[in-house]
Amino acid sequence: MKKIEAIIREERLDAVKKALEEKSYFGMTVSEVSGRGKQKGLTLQWRVGEYRVDLLPKLKIELVVLDDDVAPVIDAIVRNARTGDAGDGKIFVLPVEMAVRVRTGDRNEAAI
Amino acid sequence: MPINTGDTAWLLMSSALVMLMTPGLALFYGGMVRRKNVLSTIMMSFACLGLVGLLWVLYGYSLSFGTDHAGIIGGFNFLGLNNVGQDPSPIYATTVPHLAFMIFQAMFAVITVALFTGAIVERVKFGALLVFSVLWLTIVYLPVAHWVWGSGGWLAKLGVLDFAGGMVVHINAGVSALALVMLLGRRRGFPQDAMEPSNIPMVTLGAGLLWFGWFGFNAGSALTSGGLASSAFVTTNIAAAAAAFTWMIISWIHKRPTILGTVTGAVAGLATITPAAGYVTPLAAIPIGMAAAIVCYYAMLLFKSKLGFDDSLDVFAIHGVGGILGTLSVGIFATLSVNSAGGDGLIMGNAMQLLKQLIGVLSVGGFAFVMTLALGKLVDKTMGLRVGQVEETVGLDISQHGERAYGGFLR
Repeated sequence: MKKIEAIIREERLDAVKKALEEKSYFGMTVSEVSGRGKQKGLTLQWRVGEYRVDLLPKLKIELVVLDDDVAPVIDAIVRNARTGDAGDGKIFVLPVEMAVRVRTGDRNEAAI
Repeated sequence: MPINTGDTAWLLMSSALVMLMTPGLALFYGGMVRRKNVLSTIMMSFACLGLVGLLWVLYGYSLSFGTDHAGIIGGFNFLGLNNVGQDPSPIYATTVPHLAFMIFQAMFAVITVALFTGAIVERVKFGALLVFSVLWLTIVYLPVAHWVWGSGGWLAKLGVLDFAGGMVVHINAGVSALALVMLLGRRRGFPQDAMEPSNIPMVTLGAGLLWFGWFGFNAGSALTSGGLASSAFVTTNIAAAAAAFTWMIISWIHKRPTILGTVTGAVAGLATITPAAGYVTPLAAIPIGMAAAIVCYYAMLLFKSKLGFDDSLDVFAIHGVGGILGTLSVGIFATLSVNSAGGDGLIMGNAMQLLKQLIGVLSVGGFAFVMTLALGKLVDKTMGLRVGQVEETVGLDISQHGERAYGGFLR
């Protein structure tokens, strides 16, 4: 089992969700996050003058899949989250030791 | 004189409109500070409704509008509303119950104290602010209101004109704000850290309530409900519109047309037209409003960005500078054709009025500045004006009030 953490642009969420659902990956957790990277920041205006904001809002999608599913999931995310400009985000893949379904107590493959 | 019901209805309504400006100001200010200081900023304004609302009826009205002593201060004859009843005063607003005039004036005192708090938000100790506010109301506001509006007040006798509070409210609060900034110093992190406004829609709502309430502030200051009130109502709206639009354009020239800038412009226009509202023609309000936006914008740029004063919500740049500009504009644009109890300004060939207005600006501004420095120093030495480092870093909502503005599921 692997956990896929993808940081993406807010406006790409619907496309990514739809693509994953079409490949039958329905479950996921999404959270609002802030971060910085190559995109750098934004300059905002006060009454007079300006100030910098370098942490930009992004969404983090987390889903746990079987090892064989990692490649197609990454493919779906990259294909749909990509715009080609700095700020498209990152994907991290982590090993998962155990998964438990709270309702039934099922473990691992039966739980995801 | 018999009571005029139309005048009474309008003055009571105006009092309610001006009352609403203080919670409006609370939202206007509260939305501009960081999340951790939203409530404390709102509280600094709202608390004035309680504190000043009481002091005004106990002794405030009496010392401003009681029997004159040497043109400097009113007497004790209206203490605790003694002799202030349902019959009209023989001197002030003679067509409405004395109580109506008294409560209308109360709302001006409330918002004037609330106004200067914007300069020192995010770092002033709440208890010390209350003590300072009592001293400031007593020793600065009450005499100044008497000088300008009290029967026998020395500026009134000199012929200085202030229709609705350009000097009494705006110069008074704005200049005091500057003195307080000098005493308290900057917020930790200013100017290198971004101090992001927590809620600009709330700022806009507050500005809307201020604009709405300002019709009571300015048109109510006619103290009657006829032509003069209508004229002041119209000049008020024109100046606000001209200043909002002009500030938007300036902001656009510099980069983008911001909401924060546009609503700031409206408030600057309203503050600036205040002393002139019942003395100038409707069309004169256009140059006054445009000048308000241009002058206040560059004053803000100078004081905050260039000179580094952390007048956090720009009280001096808007109310101090706007009040000065408006008070002087009376000396330029005033005409007896609008208000026979007013005067003619420079354009009507009377340069003396401009000189009188300048005397008003310098005496009210100078008095407010010096007295605020002295009273502020006194409070600072005895109880400390500023919160500690940890309290400031955590935020004043939690450290001063034990509350936070926005709850959630995460506790």
